Amino acid sequence: MELLVASAVGLLTAAGIYLILRRRTFPVILGTSLLSYAVNVFLFATGRLITNAPPILNKYADVPYTDPLPQALVLTAIVISFGMTAVVVMVALGAYLSAKSDRINMDETASADGEDA
Amino acid sequence: MSLFLIAALPFLGALFPALLIRAGRNASASSAALASGLAFVGLMLHAPAILRGETVQVGIDWLPVLGLHANFFLDGLGFLFATMILGIGLLIILYARFYLSRQDPMGQFYTYLLLFQGAMVGIVLSDNILLLLVFWELTSLSSFLLIGYWKHLPEGRQGARMALTVTGMGGLAMIGGMLILGNIAGSYDISVILQHKDAIQSSDLYLPALILILIGAFTKSAQFPFHFWLPHAMAAPTPVSAYLHSATMVKAGLFLMARLWPVLAGTPEWFYIVTTTGLITMVIGAVIALFKDDLKALLAFSTVSHLGLITMLLGFGTKAAAIGAVFHIINHATFKAALFMTAGIVDHEAHTRDIKRLGGLRHLMPVTFVIATVAALSMAGIPPLNGFLSKEMMLEEASHTYWLQNPYVVPALACFAAAFSAAYSFRYIAHVFLGPKRDDYPAKPHDPGFGMWASPALLVTLVVLIGLFSAKMVGPLVDAAAGAVTQSHPHAHLKLWHGVTPALYMSGIAVGGGVLLLALHAGLERIWTALPRPEAKVIFDRLTGALTERSAAITARLHDGSLTRYALIMVTFTLVISLFAYGTGTIGAPTRDLQDVGLLPLVGWICLIVATACIVLFHRQRFIALILIGIIGLIVSLAFNFLSAPDLALTQISVEVVTIILMLLALNFLPKQTPAESPVPARMRDGAISILCGLGVGGLIYALMLRDFAVPSISEFHLANAYKGGGGTNVVNVILVDFRGFDTFGEIIVLGIAALVIFALTEAVLSTRVRAYLLNREPDMPQAGDSHPGLMVVVTRMMMPVALMVAAYIFFRGHNLPGGGFIAGLIAAIAVIMQYMASGFGWATERQRIPYHGIIGSGVLIAAATGLGAWFSGQPFLTSAFGYVHLPPLEEFELATAALFDLGVFLAVVGAVMLALESLSRFAWQPGIPTEHAMDINPARDTAAQDPKEA
Repeated sequence: MELLVASAVGLLTAAGIYLILRRRTFPVILGTSLLSYAVNVFLFATGRLITNAPPILNKYADVPYTDPLPQALVLTAIVISFGMTAVVVMVALGAYLSAKSDRINMDETASADGEDA
Repeated sequence: MSLFLIAALPFLGALFPALLIRAGRNASASSAALASGLAFVGLMLHAPAILRGETVQVGIDWLPVLGLHANFFLDGLGFLFATMILGIGLLIILYARFYLSRQDPMGQFYTYLLLFQGAMVGIVLSDNILLLLVFWELTSLSSFLLIGYWKHLPEGRQGARMALTVTGMGGLAMIGGMLILGNIAGSYDISVILQHKDAIQSSDLYLPALILILIGAFTKSAQFPFHFWLPHAMAAPTPVSAYLHSATMVKAGLFLMARLWPVLAGTPEWFYIVTTTGLITMVIGAVIALFKDDLKALLAFSTVSHLGLITMLLGFGTKAAAIGAVFHIINHATFKAALFMTAGIVDHEAHTRDIKRLGGLRHLMPVTFVIATVAALSMAGIPPLNGFLSKEMMLEEASHTYWLQNPYVVPALACFAAAFSAAYSFRYIAHVFLGPKRDDYPAKPHDPGFGMWASPALLVTLVVLIGLFSAKMVGPLVDAAAGAVTQSHPHAHLKLWHGVTPALYMSGIAVGGGVLLLALHAGLERIWTALPRPEAKVIFDRLTGALTERSAAITARLHDGSLTRYALIMVTFTLVISLFAYGTGTIGAPTRDLQDVGLLPLVGWICLIVATACIVLFHRQRFIALILIGIIGLIVSLAFNFLSAPDLALTQISVEVVTIILMLLALNFLPKQTPAESPVPARMRDGAISILCGLGVGGLIYALMLRDFAVPSISEFHLANAYKGGGGTNVVNVILVDFRGFDTFGEIIVLGIAALVIFALTEAVLSTRVRAYLLNREPDMPQAGDSHPGLMVVVTRMMMPVALMVAAYIFFRGHNLPGGGFIAGLIAAIAVIMQYMASGFGWATERQRIPYHGIIGSGVLIAAATGLGAWFSGQPFLTSAFGYVHLPPLEEFELATAALFDLGVFLAVVGAVMLALESLSRFAWQPGIPTEHAMDINPARDTAAQDPKEA
């Protein structure tokens, strides 16, 4: 189980970073999304993996609970990463509509954008 | 009066002049004078205690962790300086009222002046060197405003910039020195530091600390080689020059040296650095002053020279020299402020400060002539004026000071400088007021009104009185101040006649030399002009110009606008330091066993791996990539659910929905394909870096998961107290709304700000020509035949109440079972978004009653109000309370303030999500085009259409 989670985190990170290094806005946004997943799962996994032990207190029996702290942390992180994604998407859209180009690098926009503008 | 109030009064007073200027110049000036005057009176109330040798202390802890306390103390030294700052400040306020013309914004002037005054008072009353540093930088800033007060003059702006640069850099050096000093002494409180002389002087860091602190003091007090800013600061209005350069700003450096004298002075390092700098400054300043034709430049260099004199005396390190330094600080403040004011009067009346165009003014301006003459004679060191007394003390001390075992260097140079000092003082009288009356003044000079000469007149009265009755006038003050400097109880023997001493001979030589120099002035000036001299301003401008150019070039190279490159640098750097950490760190053996893999997780894992790999492969097809992202999000939420995190699963899946809708909205306008444009080697390089990063991150979390916590986790506390203290059984929710409520509070604010940013950006983009482009835009993909299919409209509207019910359910059970404000907010938002999607933006907007901004705001306010509510029961912010209520016929239920807080979270999330999506939708909205909807059919409409008469 740990191996599955760790390999998934590693793959999401690698894919995210690869996409962040592309030169158009949309792949970069996808890349940050993938990286957010990776980071969220990473943080969550620092509480170690347990199945069938949600941190909902049981008044009647003494049962094990998973670590609630990373969960609270990740919950807010998920919501904040939505806010971040929304702002980045907005910036990308505004930039594309204003400049008619979705390149993220200034030098290329200036020199090579003649053909598809 | 409390020292807090004395230090605060100028700052509080600074508010009024700028506001009251509408009520007239007198009101503005009076308010400034009132603030200074009150502070002065408050200070004088402490006088009896201080003159008895006591100190007054007050303090509160500000940032105790940093050792920063808002501690003030008042001893003889602080009292002396505060008296000068506030007393001369009052005189300057009076003088400036008449000096400034109608065109000058007087309210601003007094506001700046009081800010500066407050900063200076802060410096001299601080008992904490960190606090002192804060005030120190404030004087740099406020003096910048004062020196550059005449913004329309380029010299004013340049002079202000130069002063700020030099004193600011010195301040930076001093911060370093002060931190070292505090570190050695183990406290940043001055009264504590002063007790640690031996520890400080024996420390290896003594010399670095000394040099850094002295750079700060020397730049502020215009000591060689930093003296060049002071003459350029003369572009300020004369009241500013008179204030800054007689009693305050430039004396701050001296104050600091005097303040730290007990712990820093007395070593050879101190002696050679401080004495030599002071000596050189004294000589250079005096020589240059003699050849300046601008009255204020002459006084500026004479100030430099006198500051050098005091620095030198402090450098000697003896008690007698310290007494002389303190006494000369008083005397210099009185005669130099008066001289600056007379220079201002001459400038004001004759419209020139050029000595070459003046002369013979004694007939036209008799009052000014008397004032200027007395002050200048005091500066020259003529008995029985006060300047004579302290110059005598200086010469006396110089006469028995050895410099590198040489008994002649210091006395000879001191005598030489004194001669030049006498010469330029005489020149100030002779070439301005004496001589024949001229008829080519730019304006017809005459004595100004009483208001303008009252201040300098009062000061020269002091000059005479201190000279004649020194022991009575200032004896106790000098004793108290010198006592504070030397940490002992000295008794200054202030009197005019000390008998025939070496100092008297030297004084005689200096005065005689001064007369001689003045007689030879014309010839000397020809030689002086012929000599090549380095021009400080040119060097300074060239230096700053080169630095600016260089840093601009470096910035342009580093910030070349390629975001990809920035990202690459950041990732590579992170990778390299991680590799370094990996190479140097150690790791223990695993302490946890691997858990078995069931079939379900394996299937999920395969889906995730395939989807991720496909994204990388097909990311150029943007729609496909978006669908694949959705799959990944879904698997991640399932994984959360499987791994005992139901709250995370619910959050992730609802966020996923809104994120995908958001990206779809944006993709509608973006190109649907990404062109392949990075060259293959670049892709290989990026791929290699990404794989390394992935391996690193994956390996790290794998290693982490197989080991137990190195230290006990604080999670146990949360589990144990969630129900007892927070009244809820869903520990994650209790953490969010209770234990870490403050974090959540900050988070919903951030979320709201993000939504507002999106709204603002939309407004900005849509107000440009983009709007026209959007309205005329042809869709680049085939459109659906029916943009609002009836089936979808029907289903979504039926779903709306159901979805809202689910949201309410999720919200209310949140405290005890998976759910809560975040998730409920997302679900409610999705319920509304469905309507937008199915029925169209126009339809939904028409029915929207409350603006989303308001919903965000009310959410944040409710959360804040809940938190504030805790104050009423004497608890800290956001302390929660809960109780159980039994209302028949309902079951017993719990009421918790945390639920109210969660309501705030709910509203903020709803508002933020909706505002973000609504803003994006507006790009697609074409107003004025009505859409027809299956659900809007009015049964009466068809009949109405068939027979309009019946309608």
